[in-house]
Amino acid sequence: MEPENDKPQAGGPKREDPKTVDPNMAAPELEESKIKESPVRLKPVQPVMNARQFSRVSRRELLKVAPVLALGAFAIPRFQDSLLKKGLGFSDWASARLFRRAHLAQTFADADLTPFEKFPINGYDVEDPGVIFENWTLTVSGAVQKPGDYKLEQIQLLPRVRQNTRHVCVEGWDVIGRFGGARLADFLAMTGADTSARFITVACADDYYESLDMATALHPQTLLCYEMYDQPLSRKHGAPLRLNIPTKIGYKQAKYLTDLKVTNVLEKVGYWEDQGYSEFYGL
Amino acid sequence: MSGTAIDIVRTTGEDSETVARAVYEHPLPVRLCHWANAISLFVMVGSGLQIFRAFPSFGAKIPQKDLLNWPKSFAIGGWLGGALQWHLTFMWIYIATGLVYLGYQIFSGHYRQVLFTRRDIPGVWPMVKHYFFFGPKPEAHEAYNPLQKQAYTAAIGLGVLSVATGLAVWKPVQFSWLAWLMGGFHWARFLHFLVMWAILGFVFGHLVMVVLHGWSNFVSMLTGWKKDPDD
Repeated sequence: MEPENDKPQAGGPKREDPKTVDPNMAAPELEESKIKESPVRLKPVQPVMNARQFSRVSRRELLKVAPVLALGAFAIPRFQDSLLKKGLGFSDWASARLFRRAHLAQTFADADLTPFEKFPINGYDVEDPGVIFENWTLTVSGAVQKPGDYKLEQIQLLPRVRQNTRHVCVEGWDVIGRFGGARLADFLAMTGADTSARFITVACADDYYESLDMATALHPQTLLCYEMYDQPLSRKHGAPLRLNIPTKIGYKQAKYLTDLKVTNVLEKVGYWEDQGYSEFYGL
Repeated sequence: MSGTAIDIVRTTGEDSETVARAVYEHPLPVRLCHWANAISLFVMVGSGLQIFRAFPSFGAKIPQKDLLNWPKSFAIGGWLGGALQWHLTFMWIYIATGLVYLGYQIFSGHYRQVLFTRRDIPGVWPMVKHYFFFGPKPEAHEAYNPLQKQAYTAAIGLGVLSVATGLAVWKPVQFSWLAWLMGGFHWARFLHFLVMWAILGFVFGHLVMVVLHGWSNFVSMLTGWKKDPDD
């Protein structure tokens, strides 16, 4: 028998500290064995606490739980917004750390594809901003050696990748689509982009705008997409060029691209992000 | 009852009279985790239902068949973006309290009070008879009766499942193995929803039992001490 197990027995009316009568799991066994050892003590000595003492101890223990009330700060309107932004920021930080450059999103068989006509069209403003294809170029700027206007034909000269991947919307629905295009990594190499820069930003014909961390931009499944279901991108799906990023949530995958910039500084994050959505939202 | 019971005495002059008995039932880490977890669960359910409102279905997007139109007044966040902020903030508190609780229970050995094992199976039916069919109260040998152990063990399991399904919904690519275990993103989202209702079922039963078993039971989760444990 361990000597400290004797403590509860030794307790008298003067005992101050409730911890010494702290009921550990061994206590009931202890009493039984005591009974066996000395049949005289059929009833073990009951530790005692004065009523006033008990109230004090109870109050003290109650106060120890009070730190939980700190969560109430979330209910105070003045703090709520900044606390939630910090929480979301922490989630984004963790997301960036969870992202693995070489880990590929699952690809699917053609039989698993959602039929093209059932692939939802989510525009934030207009479904067709009326891009004039003949005049269209992708204007590249920022930390690149060869800035300027790139024609669709130049992008299509890069190796074409076709992939059946899952498209997940922040609303909760998901579809499996077939996307074709050039790897953004290849295009960045073509323009001589500084891939040690932190971000890619894009602007769109419908005034939508987005940004992308460099790690995701260089991911082998991140495409400058000009095809869906082996057909040229339709106007409603973002013709002539959109982003397809199977490792990101849907709102990151901007349509009707017109501008692309390589940068270290984000003035704006993205249309939805600037209203409170997650900045990283990697899947 | 766990732990040693103590007598509470009131002393007047030379005389002292025992007025109550008390038992130290819930150590501080358990109490802190219980309340932080309760608050975070409340926020996770409320914001989760607001997130669900954005696509209240588990079928295709086209055509969309809504499962239920959850009222906005019983949700947290006001809109999808706001609800996601709450959800992605409080999930850390929810996970942290769960981990601290599990760590403490395992490290302290107290998990034996709560963990439902094969030895508890024979005691379940008599307890069910007592609770629901006016059967006699089975003699208590441990802190928690077999039915309680079953409920608490299930609740802990559901907590783990809620996190696992949630991670599969949040990161179906990085945690692709989790999503795969659940049959893919689509099913993970459905299971996440189901687990929430199962947890709400536990919470309902838990609250009913707290109300039936009285004030001292509730107080013991605040102060640790339960008065008149034999009542």
